[in-house]
Amino acid sequence: MQTNIWLYLLVMAGVTWLIRTLPLTFLRKPIKSRFIRSFLTYVPYVTLAVMTFPDILLATDSVWAGALALVAGAALAWTGGSLLTVAASASVVALLAGLVFR
Amino acid sequence: MRAQNSDAFRLGLRHGIPIMLGYLAVSFALGISARNAGLNVIQAGVASLTNMASAGEYAGFQVIREHGSLIEIALMTLIANARYLLMSCALSQKLAPDLRTPHRLLLGMTVTDEMFALSIASPGMLNPWYPYGMFAVSATGWTAGTMLGVVVGNALPARLVSALSVSLFGMFLAAIVPKARQDRFIRAVILTSMALSGLCAVLPGVKTLSSGMRVILLTVTVSAAAALIRPVEEAADAN
Repeated sequence: MQTNIWLYLLVMAGVTWLIRTLPLTFLRKPIKSRFIRSFLTYVPYVTLAVMTFPDILLATDSVWAGALALVAGAALAWTGGSLLTVAASASVVALLAGLVFR
Repeated sequence: MRAQNSDAFRLGLRHGIPIMLGYLAVSFALGISARNAGLNVIQAGVASLTNMASAGEYAGFQVIREHGSLIEIALMTLIANARYLLMSCALSQKLAPDLRTPHRLLLGMTVTDEMFALSIASPGMLNPWYPYGMFAVSATGWTAGTMLGVVVGNALPARLVSALSVSLFGMFLAAIVPKARQDRFIRAVILTSMALSGLCAVLPGVKTLSSGMRVILLTVTVSAAAALIRPVEEAADAN
């Protein structure tokens, strides 16, 4: 059975809103547990890394185009490229490389 | 509205413009993944307006595409957006203690990477009308860009669409790589995460896991291990 898309959207919106709102509403002091604070610090890096790799390799028809886009995006971000520069360059590299490695 | 509030709102509107331009471009790629997951243009617009989160929406669309359960999409959204929990904890310290609850409930909507960075950097206690102004402008760009991605994505050649969808990964890289450059341990955490994720995608047995479950399991285990190996000193922010 297929779940209604609006139900999915309701859950997404509800969870996202709660994550952002609960600390603002109930937290009047810093989190005490050092482990929880450390865990929360590392979560974004791990999540974004796992969502990027290997998925970027499979995003286009060619694994090589995805790999080159990954290298180009990482290199530009390393040298201080803005969000928009990095995002646009990864796209352009994937497009050009896709034309070469067909 | 008191004069002070309307000044803060107008400043927010102005500061929201560069954010909106960036959002307009990047959310286009999000619209393409929404379309691939089977969302129509209205659904994609509603998703973007109510989430305002690139990684969270992308993760959610993946679950919808794979016909995952509601529990799975709740967990995925929680994991992909966990950094906002951290940001909200930090922002909570910048609110006047007597700021009323309705404002606190609304302010939650404005905690994105970019708006958080500007809110937390504003002088003194945060006037909620400042992020409201930023939200009014940038949420328009984010929502319009996503809807445009669904509509125009249909008309573009497949090769161009797949190349544009790569920009979302570029956005993720832009969020994590600068910190990896500064901090050798975070660099190791990122490389380990990518290596394990690659392994999970090819190892027999494990590779049958949905991509959502893979993200959840790896995020919890690797972050917990990192927290045990190198606990953070003081309350750090996620930027």
